[in-house]
Amino acid sequence: MPLVTASKGPIVRRRSTDTARQFVALSRRSTLAIFRQPAIIAPSLIFPLFFAALGASSFSRAISLPGFPKVDSYLQFTLAGTVTQGVLFGSVTGAAALATDIEEGFFDRLLAAPTSRTSILFGRLAGSSVFGGLQALVFLLALLPFGVTVQAGVLGYVSIVLAGFLTAFGVGALMSVIALKTGSAEAVQGTFPILFILLFLSSAFFPRETMSGAYRRIADFNPISYMVEGQRSLSIDGVSLTAMTQTLVIPIGIAVLTTLLALRQLSVRLAAR
Amino acid sequence: MTTTRSVGILATRSVRTIRRLPSAFFPALAMPIFNMVVFAGTFFAVTQIPNFPTDRSINWYMPLGIMMGAAFGGVGLGFTTIRDIETGFYDRLRMSPTSRLSLIIGPLTGTLIRILMMTTLVIAIGIALGARFTGGVLGVLCLYASALGIATMGAGWGLGLAFKFKDMRGAAIMQLSIFLVMFLSSAQVPLDVMTGWLHTVARVNPATNILRLARVGLVNESNADYLSWNAVWGGLVAVVVMSALSLGFALRNLQKLSD
Repeated sequence: MPLVTASKGPIVRRRSTDTARQFVALSRRSTLAIFRQPAIIAPSLIFPLFFAALGASSFSRAISLPGFPKVDSYLQFTLAGTVTQGVLFGSVTGAAALATDIEEGFFDRLLAAPTSRTSILFGRLAGSSVFGGLQALVFLLALLPFGVTVQAGVLGYVSIVLAGFLTAFGVGALMSVIALKTGSAEAVQGTFPILFILLFLSSAFFPRETMSGAYRRIADFNPISYMVEGQRSLSIDGVSLTAMTQTLVIPIGIAVLTTLLALRQLSVRLAAR
Repeated sequence: MTTTRSVGILATRSVRTIRRLPSAFFPALAMPIFNMVVFAGTFFAVTQIPNFPTDRSINWYMPLGIMMGAAFGGVGLGFTTIRDIETGFYDRLRMSPTSRLSLIIGPLTGTLIRILMMTTLVIAIGIALGARFTGGVLGVLCLYASALGIATMGAGWGLGLAFKFKDMRGAAIMQLSIFLVMFLSSAQVPLDVMTGWLHTVARVNPATNILRLARVGLVNESNADYLSWNAVWGGLVAVVVMSALSLGFALRNLQKLSD
């Protein structure tokens, strides 16, 4: 609860336990909100699996092409791409909900209450992150009956789920910048094609070694390529330091950068009030 | 008012929205270009698969970009109609002294003009990116015919659903159904290359024949489909039958709307 001193007007101080309590409550709210809207989350679960099934039938003969790693099936190759695709698309949901809070005035009510400002943002991001981690787990389990395994074992499964969590956090923070800047859920949803483009301009669906020209160079620069390749290496080759670094450090780097941007945008919005 | 005049006025109205609302037309142009570029770039190596019909990935995926743009451009007419129904403009159209047929043919004509523009632009960009029409002018004509055919099919389907649902519930069905029809076909690779369940579905999907028609002038000259009547007639039949069915569906639901 806030402490109020009497000297020069009220100075509100929050204890760290209060901030933690508010963060937990807002995280719980955002997580439940995501799972209460199956119509919104279903596409980000169904479409990646649909594309994986489509790819498995379309590109089963492509795995013998030069540049492809040694895999038993295209499905094995595309596991990492499927996880990343689902998590990227799902991470828009939390930011869109933040924008809806702004549109409907709930954000202002939270600000009027003695709530930690950062908890409002991190609460939303927590919901997206939990969903991202669960999505990764669902994809891993859904493809398991089709012979798609993670050679890195339990550590590999945990790392991929954690990567889903971190990626959702990072991309969710990036989308939150747009939510905080525009206060429009439509604007957040409008950025969806950018994620789609970023995903396609990476090695999510085919190896970089099979690409050519400018397209190859773009994929070489795209961090999503390295993130996917880290997970792919865990899935196909097993544990290695490079694979673990690519799988976990890249999403952490993205998350740090985008969280700083989101906090800055939150300060701008608060200052403008 | 004669049907021809009504068709002309409604087609002009549809085309004018390009100038009045360019933000709505821009995605319809950008999407096929984007699809062509990313599919050709990502799946650049698929042409190395034995018996692949072309050695240029852009030759294979340019028709896919155009077909998807045309199909979604066609169902886009359904979105516009839903908006007109919701704002009450469609009631005014229905009360005007014109035939029901012109309410379908007019906007359809406008849509086909937009699809012609989109197809021309994507072909120009495709050629700049390395696409080559091995079949010459005949190949270009086949691509245009299949684009206009699939747009007509999409427009009929979109209009029928718009008249049936009268609100945005229909929009989700329009998009999802077109998406499935397009992807559950030879969109990504030819029938000979695909395996398993998709091969079974794609073989009976009319979109496969329409895509085959679109590509007859873009495959290698040594390929069996190269400007062959076998590859053309199936596509033409699919275009005619599916267009007739979807436009019949639209007309039937328009009449129900009036009842």
